[in-house]
Amino acid sequence: MNKDIIIAVSDLTKSYDEILAVDHISFEVKKSEIFGFLGPNGAGKTTTIRMLTGLSKPTDGKASVLGFDVDSEIVEAKRCIGVVPETSNLYDELSALDNLLFMAQLYGVPRTQRRKRAEELLKIFGLYERKDSHFRTFSRGMKRALTIAAALIHNPEILFLDEPTVGLDVVAARSLRNLISNLRQQGITVFLTTHYLEEADLLCDRIAILVKGRIVKIDTPEVLKAVAKEESVIEVSFNGKVSELIEDLSNRLTNVKIVAVDNNKARIYGGISNQIYDCVFSLAKDKNMEIQFINSIKPSLEDAFLKITGLSPMVMVIEKGGK
Amino acid sequence: MWRDNLRCIYYIALKDMRTYYLKPPSVSWGVVFPVAWILAFYLRNPRSFEELVPGLIAMTILFSTTAAEAVVINFELRLSSLERLLLAPVSLPAVLLGKVLGGAIFGFMMTTVMTIGSVLIIGLHPNLLYLVLIIIPSLLVFSSLGALLCVLVKEVFEAQTLLNLPRFLMIFLSGVIYPVSAMPVVLQYLAYVMPLTYTVRGLRDSFSVSSDIKVFTDTLVLTGFFLLFIFSAIKLLHKKFQ
Repeated sequence: MNKDIIIAVSDLTKSYDEILAVDHISFEVKKSEIFGFLGPNGAGKTTTIRMLTGLSKPTDGKASVLGFDVDSEIVEAKRCIGVVPETSNLYDELSALDNLLFMAQLYGVPRTQRRKRAEELLKIFGLYERKDSHFRTFSRGMKRALTIAAALIHNPEILFLDEPTVGLDVVAARSLRNLISNLRQQGITVFLTTHYLEEADLLCDRIAILVKGRIVKIDTPEVLKAVAKEESVIEVSFNGKVSELIEDLSNRLTNVKIVAVDNNKARIYGGISNQIYDCVFSLAKDKNMEIQFINSIKPSLEDAFLKITGLSPMVMVIEKGGK
Repeated sequence: MWRDNLRCIYYIALKDMRTYYLKPPSVSWGVVFPVAWILAFYLRNPRSFEELVPGLIAMTILFSTTAAEAVVINFELRLSSLERLLLAPVSLPAVLLGKVLGGAIFGFMMTTVMTIGSVLIIGLHPNLLYLVLIIIPSLLVFSSLGALLCVLVKEVFEAQTLLNLPRFLMIFLSGVIYPVSAMPVVLQYLAYVMPLTYTVRGLRDSFSVSSDIKVFTDTLVLTGFFLLFIFSAIKLLHKKFQ
């Protein structure tokens, strides 16, 4: 086996009765990279993490973590991995320090090193001043940070992060992304799931796009974005609802794909730029609407996602529970 | 591997003691309820209270262990903290045994207070070896019975409600209040498939000077119940996480 490949997955499948949650996926994760699993909710990201970390048995296929088979040698694999689940599930009744000490006991960190390691992590994650505060008193961002610290207590080689920034405000999410980014410098391999395109673009060395349990593409963010570079992308914003204009625009333009980005904004993929500009201006005049801006844009991962999956990036905004 | 498992059983039980023993459901069902029953029986007829002591100790074991299991398992199922334990490099049976031990220790504390209280206040002279031979397996039996039923549901209140069915059935049919031998034959058969019957009988033997002692048989039967409940609970938990 190639020593640089530390997660190897082949034809991994998970079904629950009639539902196929993960459908014969295969991929490899290299040492010290941040590997992203990107997909809408229900795509099978968490199910994959659960199989790789021993919380769920695969229905079919093979997977190994650090050379240990996840089916037959999962306990050995668990010694070298840290897992941050989607919910911050440390103990409300224990202090930040006690939570980390308990995790150190559970993972067999030598007695003499437990406190030192716990305090070191509390300092790295900016929680040292609150080390004696109960977990329940922490903000969401602090809870998330402590949950990541807990997963690092035994110096794992791989860290699994399931939707690390879900539910966090912008500032907390940014600070957490910086912390995740720093893990790479410490040589830790990160396997991260997210449904935030921007997060995957910012953090990941390679991204696997997962839709309905199947991997549709794996590559670096740059290569994925290049897929969308081949055609022009024009973004236009009106002072009214864009949904009412999409049909009109589609009728006036040929060989283009128009997608609403939000209530006022749309993106037009493909076509000839000059014709698109003319058409948009004439439509705005006919409908007596104001154009707030119109611009040719550099393709983003959102555009690549649209082109590769055929899904609107809006599906990625839907949180669990359909909200 | 076995050292990792033993370490985790110990630390899980220790953490549960710190985290959950003072939770309201543990206190109300595991402490207040048995104490209220004991006081009710004592105040009703203090002279014949001595006869009821073995049954009331058995009831204390039953309520304290099962109440603690509902808390240590269902609080963690609800908050997904049990999953966190299962992510550690230990086997699932070790995690569950840690949880059962947590419930058993809570039961042991309550039972010790109740037993010492009875011995000192009423002036009883139990056989200490017999007491240990019955109380220890009983604590494990009812703690594992609690674990078995608690993994079926998610919320603490659901677990307490579900647990009340075997609890009250056993209290009325296992000789806690009314002797099994005085019950109709059909109910006697039913009584002997209930573990509490053997706890009550063993405790009665521990407090009596009779020559017809069945303590060792009761210990064996209770060990059998423990193995039945713990293996069933492990199987159920496995299924839940697959």
